[in-house]
Amino acid sequence: MPEILMRGGDSAYTLRTATHGDIAQVAAIDVSITGIEKPGYWEDIHDRYVRQPAADPGLAHLNRLFLCACQGEQVIGFIVGEIRAWEFGSPPCGWVFAIGINRDVRTRYVGQTLFQAVCDSFRQAGVTTIRTMLARDNTLAMSFFRSQGMMAGPFIQLEMELAAP
Amino acid sequence: MKLQKATRCALFAILELAGDPGRQMSAHEIAEKYGISTNHLAKVLRSLGRAGLLEAVRGAGGGYRFSGSVKRTTLLDVIQLFETIDPLARGEREDGDGTPGGGALCQVLTEIEDIARATFASISLETMLKLVDKKG
Repeated sequence: MPEILMRGGDSAYTLRTATHGDIAQVAAIDVSITGIEKPGYWEDIHDRYVRQPAADPGLAHLNRLFLCACQGEQVIGFIVGEIRAWEFGSPPCGWVFAIGINRDVRTRYVGQTLFQAVCDSFRQAGVTTIRTMLARDNTLAMSFFRSQGMMAGPFIQLEMELAAP
Repeated sequence: MKLQKATRCALFAILELAGDPGRQMSAHEIAEKYGISTNHLAKVLRSLGRAGLLEAVRGAGGGYRFSGSVKRTTLLDVIQLFETIDPLARGEREDGDGTPGGGALCQVLTEIEDIARATFASISLETMLKLVDKKG
């Protein structure tokens, strides 16, 4: 795995597929950003985005990705995505639905490197669009994705409160 | 959606100067490039200077240069110096707002304004300058 020199310093890191041993560090980065513990969630993501695709070639077309940026054994960032198709007529496109970077290495282009790795993978899989959905008040993530060139797309998110039965 | 004239002038000036922070330009040079009134722009530039986004350079060949941060300054930061994006959220009332129809209309308009506000807040000058380059 080639090492990537961190911007603004001489330390290096690598990108690789997440392992089961990374889950606790990924969860810790996520909690440091969102403040929300998600018991079982990252184990489930690892199962569906790493273990199952490795065991079942029939899932290859989904191009499921769970990548970590690592300095030695330390996880400093992660990203999760996949290819989704035909939701309300949308042709196959790449989706990113989680990204997290350790606060100590923010603004040093680790997020950009992870995002570009995912874009490259989707491009090689033949899709030409990448999409995400995030909270309107999540200015940090929205600013990041916009800095990468993402704009509002042709789909809009809607929701409603479900009345009690 | 339409921005007020002063806001547009401010954004043009900021983007022009932030694109090359070392460069200084006069109000006349910027106004000529964008086809806007020099007098109007001069007032806008003074406001941007008071906000710390521009610095006035005195003397012959003087003008303004960018003194903010392209990474940290957003479009919303600039826009809010000249207009508000969320008059409904600030409690301004209009005729009929107290009726069910007015309430429903307020809800829809607030949704639109929330999206506009979030959009402006998420676009830094650095990101906007990349868009400018693409259009150039």
